[in-house]
Amino acid sequence: MADLRIDLAGIKSPNPFWLASAPPTNSGYQVQRAFEAGWGGAVWKTLGEPILNVSSRFAAVSFNGQRVAGFNNIELITDRPLEVNLNEILETKKRFPNHAIIASLMVEPQQEKWHEIVKKVEAVGVDGLELNFGCPHGMAERGMGSASGQVPELVEKQTYWVKEVARTPVIVKLTPNITDITMTAEAAVRGGADAVSMINTINSLAGVDLDTWNTVPHVGGKGAHGGYCGPAVKPIALNMVAECARNPLVNVPISGIGGISNWRDAAEFLLMGATGVQVCTAAMHHGFSIVEDMIDGLNNYLDGKGIASVMDLVGQSVPRYSNWGDLDLNYNIVAQINNDVCINCNKCHIACEDTSHQCIDLYTESGRPMLKVREQDCVGCNLCAIVCPVDGAISMVERKSTIPPMTWNERQSLISNFIR
Amino acid sequence: MSSQLERNFAEMTGRMTKNEAIEEANRCLYCYDAPCITACPTSIQVPNFIKKIASGNMKGSAMTIMDANPIGASCARVCPTEILCEGACVLNSSTKPIKIGQLQRYATDWAMETGVELFKKGEPNGKRIAIVGSGPAGLSAARELSRFGYSVTIFEAEAKAGGLNTYGIVSFRLPNEVADWEVAQVAKLGVEIKTNTRVGVDISAEEILTQYDSVILAVGMGSVPNLGIEGEELEGVHDAIEFVKRTKMGVLTEDLIGKRVAVIGAGNTAIDGATCAVRLGAEQVDILYRRTEKEMTAYQYEYEFAKQDGVGFKWLTAPKRIIGDEAGKVVGLECVKMKLGEAGADGRQRPEAIEKSEFVIEVDAVIKAIGQTRFVPLIEAFGLQHTNGVVDIDETTMQTSNDKVFACGDVVFGNGQGEAMVVTAAQQGKDAANVIHERFRKPSEIA
Repeated sequence: MADLRIDLAGIKSPNPFWLASAPPTNSGYQVQRAFEAGWGGAVWKTLGEPILNVSSRFAAVSFNGQRVAGFNNIELITDRPLEVNLNEILETKKRFPNHAIIASLMVEPQQEKWHEIVKKVEAVGVDGLELNFGCPHGMAERGMGSASGQVPELVEKQTYWVKEVARTPVIVKLTPNITDITMTAEAAVRGGADAVSMINTINSLAGVDLDTWNTVPHVGGKGAHGGYCGPAVKPIALNMVAECARNPLVNVPISGIGGISNWRDAAEFLLMGATGVQVCTAAMHHGFSIVEDMIDGLNNYLDGKGIASVMDLVGQSVPRYSNWGDLDLNYNIVAQINNDVCINCNKCHIACEDTSHQCIDLYTESGRPMLKVREQDCVGCNLCAIVCPVDGAISMVERKSTIPPMTWNERQSLISNFIR
Repeated sequence: MSSQLERNFAEMTGRMTKNEAIEEANRCLYCYDAPCITACPTSIQVPNFIKKIASGNMKGSAMTIMDANPIGASCARVCPTEILCEGACVLNSSTKPIKIGQLQRYATDWAMETGVELFKKGEPNGKRIAIVGSGPAGLSAARELSRFGYSVTIFEAEAKAGGLNTYGIVSFRLPNEVADWEVAQVAKLGVEIKTNTRVGVDISAEEILTQYDSVILAVGMGSVPNLGIEGEELEGVHDAIEFVKRTKMGVLTEDLIGKRVAVIGAGNTAIDGATCAVRLGAEQVDILYRRTEKEMTAYQYEYEFAKQDGVGFKWLTAPKRIIGDEAGKVVGLECVKMKLGEAGADGRQRPEAIEKSEFVIEVDAVIKAIGQTRFVPLIEAFGLQHTNGVVDIDETTMQTSNDKVFACGDVVFGNGQGEAMVVTAAQQGKDAANVIHERFRKPSEIA
């Protein structure tokens, strides 16, 4: 049994699985149910000046029959009075002293407003704060959420105001609706953030109804952009986490968020530098009990690898993430097709022929259809292996290069030396 | 030829490929308060084990199954899933049910092949429990008790442990490796399994009662009773249980090749006997039943399976006399046509012979499958109350008339009590173990 406890910037929790600030953490009832189910922590749905919500709030994207490949929402922060939330946090913390409760906060960008709310939530015993600089809809129109999260100076200044009074660790939650997330991550660190979390949702429109021409969702015939999350956003989130993890100026722990649906996704985020993860969509799709397999699966994975503590996983793959210019131009892989396993759907052939490098030949051998890769023309793009529906039919194998490794950057510097 | 016979007895259903398993696992809706869990007598957390296959947590999946059901690998193969978990699947009303049995097999096969350790025995608590019989109920009880910390000894009359799963379920449904693995799982927890030890012969019931803190009787049922007709001693007359058992022990003889076989009875054991006879090369196999298709006790899928195997069914037909030649070998069976008369005490219409309807069919072998006898002397040696050989129990606690003795499995099945399924026996074993643990734990924990 591996040790699954984490310590994220001083916030301790029994496992790395937290519920993200979102509908699942709207109330004490929900958070307590989540802790009973096994979640290690919860970031309470964002507290602030209670807002009004619209009805018809969520929409999801199905992909080829799989429901909730992506999820879109136009719900805003808490619509319940602050006092009610604070009482419930207090009560929940009392029942679950060893679980992490983090208060997500969002107020107007004014020093005294931040001071006031920080003091109030810390008074009820939260383990940490998460500043919501990411919500992309509704609140942004009022100068909060991603509106301030997109401006590095505002991120830095507001973080600084919070740190002036905060006694618990401060996590700054970043918006992905920005060209380079490391800019705002660095700003948060300059402002004194103890950790950063990412990603918040991505600006999105889930769809258009082809019969009514209404947006999905629509509120009485009108729509507005929402925030996109769920499995579809995982690669975007994973890259942003990794970019921050390898940036020496973002030298604080990272809480990873974005499309994490199972223990495998979580392990990937941990390897890429996240100290813990936050989940929302998967819980909304299946209920809190999914955490059971997350914990069990992660534990079995660590045991299988002989790793004693989940903290030993954190960041292990970060040194392997680099810039394109540092990749070896002479590394060479080619596709290999195992005709004994192949079911002859020919998807690899047509993918290569129409859209890649025309190196998979169709032929027959004793009347049997076969496929073969012309290795000298294969660029190792992986496309055939990606479209292949059968395990083990196509493998990408390394062909040792006769020339020594050389990156683009090395090549350019050699050329410039030569010119000089 | 014998390699052909071996192939005939190899497991029929292929295993899912990884692709199939992942696709199917991802089709599961992961229902809340899922009806498949309720439908499973051992309450396996079905959506959880399936979700774990989908997430690649194979050890977790196997543990979820085996935790709830110590013979979960066998049940993956022998459970009548269409009337249990799969029958309850909510997808029956929209697409098609999840192949839960196949997925359960996929996960438990993984555990079998990797040899991963799933469970550990509990801290020894100094109590000793004897279990008589190592079939589904006995093994299940032993596994649970060992995890609770009891020192468990199983007494098994046969050479190998496993009971019905080892000797009674046809190999083409349940290969020996599976039953053997489940026995090994229990043995690894420190349970002592004394095979070739027949209670009443090698050790007395009295000794067991005095040497152990509690006793679980899980001896199942015995051989097929006599038909009570002429010719039962002839060569070529078999007891279906023994007949199947020989194939399970790998004795695949060629003496039935091209022969005609009559099977008497129409329960699941009769189907087993008939389908084994077909696989041993018999040319013509007929099931004779004195009632009709409607009254037969075999599961529907077993009936369909036998028909697909080419087994013939002669309804309203009862054996009257087995005919032998001078060498004492079966050559024929005299039968009599029946009709259904008035309902008897059990509510079923009683079959009555139609006068002068006798006829003779030519057969080379007769397999008797008209039920099983009870281990009455053994039950009485333990001093337990019983009704026609069915041990009387409190169905919630599995306790017998002796408060130190519990009974589960087929030994308590009958007269409207219990269920005949393997999976029910597994649950009863767990129940008995839980009650014993509850009894021994309470005083110390209250104090």
